[in-house]
Amino acid sequence: MIIDGAMELVEIEKGIKIIPGASTVITTLDKVINWGRKSSLWPVTFGLACCAIEMMAAGSSHYDLDRLGIIFRGSPRQADCMIVAGTVTKKMAPIVRKVYDQMPEPRYVIAMGSCACTGNVYRTYSVVQGCDLFLPVDVYIPGCPPRPEALYDGLIKLQEIITKEKMRWSPLR
Amino acid sequence: MEPSQIVKILDGGFAGEVIATSEFRGQPGITLKKDRLLDIARCLHDTPEFKFDLLRDLCGVDYKKMKKPRFEVVYNLYSITHRHTIRLNVQVDEKQPSLPSVAGVWKTADWHERECFDMYGITFDGHPDLRRILMPEDWEGYPLRKDYPMAGPDDEEWAGFKEVLKKAEEFKKFGWHLNERK
Repeated sequence: MIIDGAMELVEIEKGIKIIPGASTVITTLDKVINWGRKSSLWPVTFGLACCAIEMMAAGSSHYDLDRLGIIFRGSPRQADCMIVAGTVTKKMAPIVRKVYDQMPEPRYVIAMGSCACTGNVYRTYSVVQGCDLFLPVDVYIPGCPPRPEALYDGLIKLQEIITKEKMRWSPLR
Repeated sequence: MEPSQIVKILDGGFAGEVIATSEFRGQPGITLKKDRLLDIARCLHDTPEFKFDLLRDLCGVDYKKMKKPRFEVVYNLYSITHRHTIRLNVQVDEKQPSLPSVAGVWKTADWHERECFDMYGITFDGHPDLRRILMPEDWEGYPLRKDYPMAGPDDEEWAGFKEVLKKAEEFKKFGWHLNERK
């Protein structure tokens, strides 16, 4: 199709333009890729303690994470997000890390609940004082346990982070 | 059978083994020496009038600086047939913390004794498979002892966790996100 020089591009959102009548969108690759990523966050099904109950509640019909495109996956190899839901013990830490290492890039980590964020009140011999000691955490959700709304807030925060990413798809960045 | 009666019969049958008896709100308790524990357990389990067929719980207690001997192992027994209950407190010495295992009498005792060993370092002679059950197998020390530091020993981190930290550091170079962060 030949674009008529007189035709005005219409900006429908900052950085996204359409050509009227041509079902064409002009935007950056960043925007398209980030939009795709944030709209289909697939967390790995992985719960450690009571926070996992809230995570399950958030995923079930009443709160329904599916409507954000968030679908729990049974395998880390199909997932791009990890919700560390619960107290991480030192004995469990190698396994959590192993699950994270099996996930393909790009991958994101949400520390859900005070235990995963800081270790909570468990300043003890067996509890890891925050899973950010061995995982790169993107979003921290405090609460003991956080309500599903709080988990939602965290996931939406993560989507905002993904929206702002630049060239995370290219080795040349 | 009334709980106090059971206590009385035991006190008679195993004279010298029973150190003290107590009753609180209908819950009878016996403090025992450890030497003939297995005989007493068998007696309680097998005698038709007692028939304590359920070991409800088995746990250790550390009475450091409060009592001597330092440790106690507590057995909570229940009879499903007769619906009566009894508690045995068995004293364990600090120097040689070992007891006969009752895993042969009540199968439940297997894992409970492993937990007690894991947390207090009390060994159970004749146990079929006495390994740690909660802590990692190469863990050092017994965490529920009163002299164990709450946050773990300051100087020495568990080797398995150190390895994870090392790995996390090492794998940072493969991450895609490093340019965005920090």
